[in-house]
Amino acid sequence: MTTFADLRSSRELFVNLTLREIRGKYKRTALGQAWSLVNPLAAMAIYSLVFGFLLPIQVSEGDPSGLRVYALWLLCGLLPWLFISAVITSGMGSLISDANLIKKVWFPRVVIVVAVAASWLFTHAIEMGVLVVVLLIFGSAVVPWIPGILLMMVLVFAFATGIALMLAVANVYFRDTQHFVSIFMQLWFYLSPVLYPFRYVTEGAQRLEERGIALPLEFIYRLNPVERFIQVFRSMMYDNAWPALADVIYCVVAAVVSLTVGYLVFNRHEARIAEEL
Amino acid sequence: MSTPAVRVTDISKRFRLYHERNQSLKAAVMRGRRASYEDFWALRDVSFDIPQGSTFGLVGVNGSGKSTLLKCIARILVPESGKIDVTGKLAALLELGSGFHPELSGRENVYLNGSILGLTRRDIARKFDDIVGFAGVEEFIDQPVKNYSSGMYVRLGFSVAINVDPDVLLVDEVLAVGDTAFQERSMDKFLEFRRAGKTVVVVSHGMSTLRTMCDQAAWLEKGRLVEVGSAKSIIERYVDTSHDHHDTDLSGVARHGSGEARVTAVRLLDGDDRSTDRFTTGEPMRIAVDFHAGQRIEKPVFGVAIEAGDGTYLWANNTIDASLTVDAIEGDGSVECVIPRVMLQPGTYTVIASIVDTTAQHVYDFVRAAARFDVPHIGRRESGGYVSLEGTWLQTS
Repeated sequence: MTTFADLRSSRELFVNLTLREIRGKYKRTALGQAWSLVNPLAAMAIYSLVFGFLLPIQVSEGDPSGLRVYALWLLCGLLPWLFISAVITSGMGSLISDANLIKKVWFPRVVIVVAVAASWLFTHAIEMGVLVVVLLIFGSAVVPWIPGILLMMVLVFAFATGIALMLAVANVYFRDTQHFVSIFMQLWFYLSPVLYPFRYVTEGAQRLEERGIALPLEFIYRLNPVERFIQVFRSMMYDNAWPALADVIYCVVAAVVSLTVGYLVFNRHEARIAEEL
Repeated sequence: MSTPAVRVTDISKRFRLYHERNQSLKAAVMRGRRASYEDFWALRDVSFDIPQGSTFGLVGVNGSGKSTLLKCIARILVPESGKIDVTGKLAALLELGSGFHPELSGRENVYLNGSILGLTRRDIARKFDDIVGFAGVEEFIDQPVKNYSSGMYVRLGFSVAINVDPDVLLVDEVLAVGDTAFQERSMDKFLEFRRAGKTVVVVSHGMSTLRTMCDQAAWLEKGRLVEVGSAKSIIERYVDTSHDHHDTDLSGVARHGSGEARVTAVRLLDGDDRSTDRFTTGEPMRIAVDFHAGQRIEKPVFGVAIEAGDGTYLWANNTIDASLTVDAIEGDGSVECVIPRVMLQPGTYTVIASIVDTTAQHVYDFVRAAARFDVPHIGRRESGGYVSLEGTWLQTS
């Protein structure tokens, strides 16, 4: 049976495992599910203090929305990033944390990784919902963009899940993967325009050029799919403008390629996971 | 006969035993692609059919491949070659409650575990009361399972699994969970299962359980199939051959005592004065205890005892019981305990020998496994237990 057919046939298991993740995540905490909002808010507060006040990063006014709030501009990129990062990190470790289950019962293993990713999608959806409300309060005309935002969330989900599938298998064979990836995620975070606008990269490239070093810095920087995802989210949520078509296509391609490769890799190694764990 | 419930065709399963397995990238890079490992064939060309409606036992010593085979049938492991066809729905009781999330309530875990085992939400809702009632955890069902006792935990796990209602059930050593009452209920459930014409595949080291439960069996040794067929004869032959090599050298065995006198050998003699380790039920036996006393010891007491293969203490006798007074010993000597008839059922037994003082407070020597003997399956049989009381039956009305 193929991985996709397995997923269809084990819909109930998928739902139950997702519920387990959602319910189990904040069990025994006083704030419960509210923690899923506290974490991004805390990150927002810290980054706003540092990059909105101490080392002010200049963000341009939303066009045509007219918004000029660093915290909101930040959140439009930070929430998708935190979502990608959570799916990749916890999806990668999911096979190992369910090793006991995998070694004792047969069921399509892919369900575990996808269920963990789906539980983060749930959390992410709440966060994005709250952000949309806040944006409305600050005067962003975000409502017509909601279908587009939802579509992009699905693409981000597919993109991150594909990577999580690959890394989950890799992590079963080499436990170093998780440590390596946690370093890589930091690098990736700073190489994506979450905290600062893309303009800073252009300016950096110009400074290099003045010193006689010509590098296609902007081109390289824009190879990163996360950059495209964030641009599209910002343009819809913060600017209320149509995103660049090229960016949207890039996102679709990145999501499809990532999920396909992730699926192929996972499918190929799925059978051996139980004995390698 | 109809199609078999499980058809195992030429299954081979290889494990790689890595010499320095430390699952790290560095190790893999340093060694290059050729990590050093040895192939270990856990199963080699095993084929047999498990007929529908049978209760099928897998026997063999530890490491013979029984559990690997069960995991291959359960699809947890993938064989290198060969094919396993299962007719109908399959469920495996390999470890109970393995899918439980400790922070979730019993109720949530029943739904979760049920869906892992392939039940739909509607199935579980319908069977929910049965599952909880069978496990006997009604009052605690909305508590997180981490607060459950270990008995409640496995009972609930067992209860979910048994209610999956599969056509083929795989069981690995999990029949002995819970208290006696729960074990009886579980056994009833199995019998119900058999009556309903379902197939059960059991791996167990409890030969008496297997003997009473199974009608068919397969015997594995070092990954190869030795024999398949009627459970009774296979289990008998397995028990008879699995304890073939006994040594009588007492130098390395577990013993304790002050050592002024030591048991040097324990010989088991049959009716013709020959030393042997096979006694059929009803035969005479003499247990000769050879000793060496390094100094003069007044009034020592010699004792022998018999334990069953599973460690159950069956019988003991000493020279005081038999009113034999040994005045004193020094140097080498020997005493004998005479047993007119060995009233034991087929199995393996261990002989314990000891030398103590008259008060039995001071132990000179105590040898735990001084000798071992087998009672083979020959002649009369009684269906269970350790002792043979030679019961006979007649219809009185």
